[in-house]
Amino acid sequence: MNRAERQTRGLPARLLALLLLALVLAPMAAVGWRGAGIALGPADWAVIRFSVTQAVLSAGFSTVLAIPVARALARRRFAGRGALVTLMGAPFLLPAVVAVLGLLAVFGRSGVLNQGLLAVGLPPISIYGLHGVVLAHVFLNLPLATRMILQGWLALPAERIRLARSLGFTPNETFRHLEWPMLREVLPGVALVILVICLTSFAVVLTLGGGPSATTIELAIYQAVRFEFDLARAAGLAGVQVALCAVAALVAWVMVRPAGFGAGLDRDLALARPGGWRWGLDGLALILAAAFLVLPLGAVVLRGVPGLADLPASVLPAAGRSVLVALVSAALATSAALVLALAAARRPAPGIEAAATLPLATSGLVLGTGLFLLIQPFAPPMRLALPVTILVNTALSLPYLYRILLPQTRALAADYGRLADSLALTGWARLRWLVLPRLARPLGFGAGIAAALSMGDLGAIALFAGERQATLPLVVSQLTGAYRLEAAASASLLLVVLSFALFWACDAWGRRAGA
Amino acid sequence: MQKQLLAAGLLTIATPALAETPVLTVLTYDSFTSEWGPGPAIEAAFEATCACDLQFVPAGDGAALLARIQLEGAASEADVVLGLDTSLTAAATATQLFAPHGKTPATTLPVEFADPNFLPFDWGWFAFVHDKTKLAEPPKSFEALAASDLKIVIQDPRSSTPGLGLLMWVKAAYGDRAPEIWQGLADNIVTVTPGWSEAYGLFLEGEADMVLSYTTSPAYHLIAESDDTKAAALFDEGHYMQIEVAGKLAATDQPALADQFLDFMLTDAFQSVIPQTNWMYPAVTPAGGLPEGFDAFRPAKSLLLTPDEALAARDAALAEWQAALAK
Repeated sequence: MNRAERQTRGLPARLLALLLLALVLAPMAAVGWRGAGIALGPADWAVIRFSVTQAVLSAGFSTVLAIPVARALARRRFAGRGALVTLMGAPFLLPAVVAVLGLLAVFGRSGVLNQGLLAVGLPPISIYGLHGVVLAHVFLNLPLATRMILQGWLALPAERIRLARSLGFTPNETFRHLEWPMLREVLPGVALVILVICLTSFAVVLTLGGGPSATTIELAIYQAVRFEFDLARAAGLAGVQVALCAVAALVAWVMVRPAGFGAGLDRDLALARPGGWRWGLDGLALILAAAFLVLPLGAVVLRGVPGLADLPASVLPAAGRSVLVALVSAALATSAALVLALAAARRPAPGIEAAATLPLATSGLVLGTGLFLLIQPFAPPMRLALPVTILVNTALSLPYLYRILLPQTRALAADYGRLADSLALTGWARLRWLVLPRLARPLGFGAGIAAALSMGDLGAIALFAGERQATLPLVVSQLTGAYRLEAAASASLLLVVLSFALFWACDAWGRRAGA
Repeated sequence: MQKQLLAAGLLTIATPALAETPVLTVLTYDSFTSEWGPGPAIEAAFEATCACDLQFVPAGDGAALLARIQLEGAASEADVVLGLDTSLTAAATATQLFAPHGKTPATTLPVEFADPNFLPFDWGWFAFVHDKTKLAEPPKSFEALAASDLKIVIQDPRSSTPGLGLLMWVKAAYGDRAPEIWQGLADNIVTVTPGWSEAYGLFLEGEADMVLSYTTSPAYHLIAESDDTKAAALFDEGHYMQIEVAGKLAATDQPALADQFLDFMLTDAFQSVIPQTNWMYPAVTPAGGLPEGFDAFRPAKSLLLTPDEALAARDAALAEWQAALAK
């Protein structure tokens, strides 16, 4: 490859990264431009401290607890394993309010757990407080962490496993030489994504936090925009949020160590399945994780079924619009994330890294408000409600996809990059014969996540939607605002089922194409 | 076939006529415009008389409405804003985006209300709602509630209008003793939710004995669900009111039509729709009277800060609230 070619090769990725940075930063600037600077008071620092504390705890617990579950899923084969892996996608896709109500059916004051404690004469436990916030975040993110780590386990080359076996590695030695290096590569990215999600979390934190001291930066932004119309303050707080996420991203970036296993021949070889207490431990991890996920999900289903028959007429067209938004956003986000992840895999690219993480850190409300301000001089924002929603959802789901793809594109570049270069396999042919077949699994999983996330989003649309443009999450919120809680539960169930169906379809495609 | 041709012909004739129909854009909160809210019936009734196209544009909740108008400024396409309450009207007036309505309509509000820019369309009393079958003897004051071990769910005044209403309620009833009341309530509060719907949902799921809502909430359960187990606890210190208002934007391109809509707003055709769609008291009691259940919980005393008092009291009250509950 000559010099010119080398230079143009990263160009699309760099342009895309710039575009993404602009999409996130321009609205913030537009919001901030409306006023003078801000000063952070002691109350703001308390909010920042609480945001960081709960996010670090949530990310830590989700990531650490996901390791035994992912390992058990990687090395055991049992009936229902496929179903459990698929189900892992579900909690993450739940709208916050639905997830909270599901959790309360199990852990709440009149939930299953406290009924059980009462029956055996023990005092009830309260879910409200920091521990409740962390519990909810673990419920929402443990499955995501498990799936991301599981991808790492499945990517261990069969040759290394066989070598370990012929060398007579004990399970501990296997962990030290194979599994730990893989985890070193995968875990920082997983923890980063979850940390940033929890940092910007809002409804879950406030509802389960038990009082005003459980406040995140996002709520302070909400207050600044809604009640004080202090846009400068909102932009300033959004800036703080972005800065915190940037620090987290930097830490994760420093901690990542490439595993360097080299390429294998893709033979399917299961990991060793140690027996004895290790078998028991794997079983326990799976049973606990499954119960933790299935019970609240079951409650969501039970609450939603009775009202399904008489859903209001506006639900169906809204569902159609939501599916459209989800499919288009998923396609755009998947393509963009692939371009970025391929570019970042070849050489360290902090710029791309930042561009692909920033959207996670931005405040949905500031992004929406800023876009509103930017668009208004040119066209009534209402008329652009769906395109803007698609754009925002593409940007917001891209970071997840990027994190899911990056370890795999790194391995791809390390293992096949030089071979493909020497064969002059470039452009479309490289994509068709090398990249897509090898990345089908994470691409399918990632596209599923993106589709489902866009499906459930209630950020931009709430600000832009005019009459007859509502998406399903907006209809759910309208229903709950008008006492129609049974109909809202059913519409939520429909939302969850549709999100899950989209996720399942993409994920199943990836697993089949990647098999 | 002939019918289709005829229809096509009529459509071509009708289209230019339709294009000249004036459009009145009313910015309001989400639940007002939804198919189970007052929006559709009111739209049909007004369009029958105005030879215009009435379009409701939803913009989140009451607080989001004001933010939206401030975002759009004079460039707004909206002609009328409907759904602000008296905690927000002082801030809304200060934007200078609203025009005086110049009307002095008679209303059936239990208090005097006159604002040069805003006209009321409905109102309600905040109240703690409970289940009669689980709580037969509800407390009769904030002090009794604070002394009990009952669990309540409230909304955050930083993100919801009922939450802000409760803040004003305690302030209006107790003045300087408000921090003391909040400290007493701290151990009763299970949690603080971002909005009304989360709190009400938690209450219905059995997470709390009482929830901050309206005195008319039990009427919803009675009428829509034939469930008479819900009740509102009447407090001796009186109940804070929420008065929902509408105002005409100064930059409207349809001032006459906007005035016509504000007049229409206080007629029976509009007011009779309110009780069973918005579950609030109509600003003018319609000729047909109020539906069943609306007279079940009527407080003896109404509390209300003027819009200027409410705005002036807000920051300090919020700080007191945060300090009292932060422990």
